[in-house]
Amino acid sequence: MDFSPIVPALPSLWEGMLLTLKLLAFSVIGGVALGTVLALARLSSNKVLSLLAGFYVNYFRSIPLLLVITWFYFVVPFIIGWITGTNQPIGAFTSCLVAFMMFEAAYYCEIVRAGIQAISRGQVNAAYALGMTYGQTMRLIILPQAFRKMTPLLLQQSIILFQDTSLVYAVGLMDFLNSARSQGDITGNLHEFLLFAGLIYFIISFGASTLVKRLQKRLTV
Amino acid sequence: MNYNWDWRVFFKPTGIGNEIYLDWFVTGLGWTIALALSAWVIALLLGSLLGVMRTLPGRYAARIAGAYVELFRNVPLLVQLFVWYFIVPDWLPEPLEDWFKQDLHPAISAFISVTICLGLFTAARVCEQVRTGIQALPRGQAMAAYALGLSLPQVYRQVLLPQAFRIIIPPLTSEFLNVFKNSSVASLIGLMELLAQTKQTAEFTANLFEAFTLATLIYFTLNMGLMLFMRWVEKRVRVPGLIALGGK
Repeated sequence: MDFSPIVPALPSLWEGMLLTLKLLAFSVIGGVALGTVLALARLSSNKVLSLLAGFYVNYFRSIPLLLVITWFYFVVPFIIGWITGTNQPIGAFTSCLVAFMMFEAAYYCEIVRAGIQAISRGQVNAAYALGMTYGQTMRLIILPQAFRKMTPLLLQQSIILFQDTSLVYAVGLMDFLNSARSQGDITGNLHEFLLFAGLIYFIISFGASTLVKRLQKRLTV
Repeated sequence: MNYNWDWRVFFKPTGIGNEIYLDWFVTGLGWTIALALSAWVIALLLGSLLGVMRTLPGRYAARIAGAYVELFRNVPLLVQLFVWYFIVPDWLPEPLEDWFKQDLHPAISAFISVTICLGLFTAARVCEQVRTGIQALPRGQAMAAYALGLSLPQVYRQVLLPQAFRIIIPPLTSEFLNVFKNSSVASLIGLMELLAQTKQTAEFTANLFEAFTLATLIYFTLNMGLMLFMRWVEKRVRVPGLIALGGK
C-alpha cells in the first residue's frame, strides 16, 4: 500500500468532488421543488391529478436509479432535439441532472406528503376561515410548518442521494469516484485511490448523518 | 432527429448464434433474479444476526453491529462494489486468488463479487429493521420468557424473533425490492444482467426507446408483482392484536 501518489492527484480529485457537490446541490433543489409539486398533486381533491402523481411516484420507485440514468443519457438528447428542433448534444451532466431530479422527486414527494399530512386539519380550516386561497394556505401556513418538521428526513434522503451520485460513473461523468478511479488507473495505485475515495465518502456521509440526528433531537419537542 | 420506431425489434435475430434480442432480455432477467435472490439470502441471515446483536444485553456485541451498520450505510454501493471486485481478490491467498481470477469464468467471478457486495450492503439495512422489530415488541415479552426459565437463545428463537419478523414484513419487502433494483450495478463490472443486456440491445439495434421501455416494464412488473405477493404474505402471517405495531 502506497498512499503517496494521492497527494499530487488531489487537485483533480477536488475537481471531481466539486462536480459531485454541484450535481448534488442542483438535484436536491430540483428534486425537492418537483417533489413538493407532486405531493400537492397527490393530496389534491382532483382525482386525475392525484392518480397521475401517484403513478409517477410508483413508477420511479420501482425502477433502478441506474436504469434511469442510462435511459436519460440516451434519450434526453432526442427529446430535447424534438422539442427545439435542433441537433446539439446536451452532455452527460445535464442528462444526469434531469435523471436525478426526476428520480429523487418521487422519494422527496413521499416525505413532503407525510409532512403535510402530519399538520393538523384545523390549520387548513382556520386559514380558509380567514379567507385565504388554497395557494396562500399552502404557501403561508401549511408548507412552512411541514418543511420544518421534515427537514431531517429531507436531509437524510439527500445524504443517500450524495452517495448515489457516484452512479454517474455509468455514463462516464468525472465525479469524485470516477476521478479517483481514473487517477488510480493512471498512477497504477487503484487500490489506494478507491480506498481513499471510500474513506472520504464515509467521512462526509457519517458526519452529515450525525449532524442530522443531532438536529432531529433538537427539533423534536 | 429522425427515429425509426419498430417494436418488432425484439424478435429480430441478434446475429450471434440463433438468438433473438428477446433472448438477451430473458438471460439478463435470469442473472438479475439469481443475483437478487442469492444476495438476499446473505442479507437476511447476516442482517438478522446483526439485528439480534444490536439488542443483546452485552455492550460489545451491540457496538460491533452498530459499527458494521455505520460502515456499510455510509459508503456508496458502487465504491463497495469496486472494493469487492478490484481490491479484495488481490488480498486472497495465492491459490485462491489464481482460482478466482483465472480459473473462474469472468461472469461467475463478477457474480460472486456482486452477490457478496449486495448481501453485505443490504445486511446493514436488514439489521436496522430487525432491531426495530425486536424493540417494537412490548418489553414484557422478553421478561415473561425469562421468567418461564427460557435461556437467552430460546427467548430470541421462540419468543422475540417469530413476532419481530412478522411485524417487519413491510419494511423488509421494500429492502427485498431494493436488492433487485441495486443489482443493476452489476452491469458496471460487466455482468450481463438485465440493464447490461438492455444497453447492449440499444447499441446493437439503435432502437433505444424500445429497449429501455421493455427493461422499465420488466422492472416495474417485477416490483409490483413481488409487492403484491408480499402484501398477501403479510396478511397471512399477521400477528393477531399487534396491528397497531405493524409497518414502522
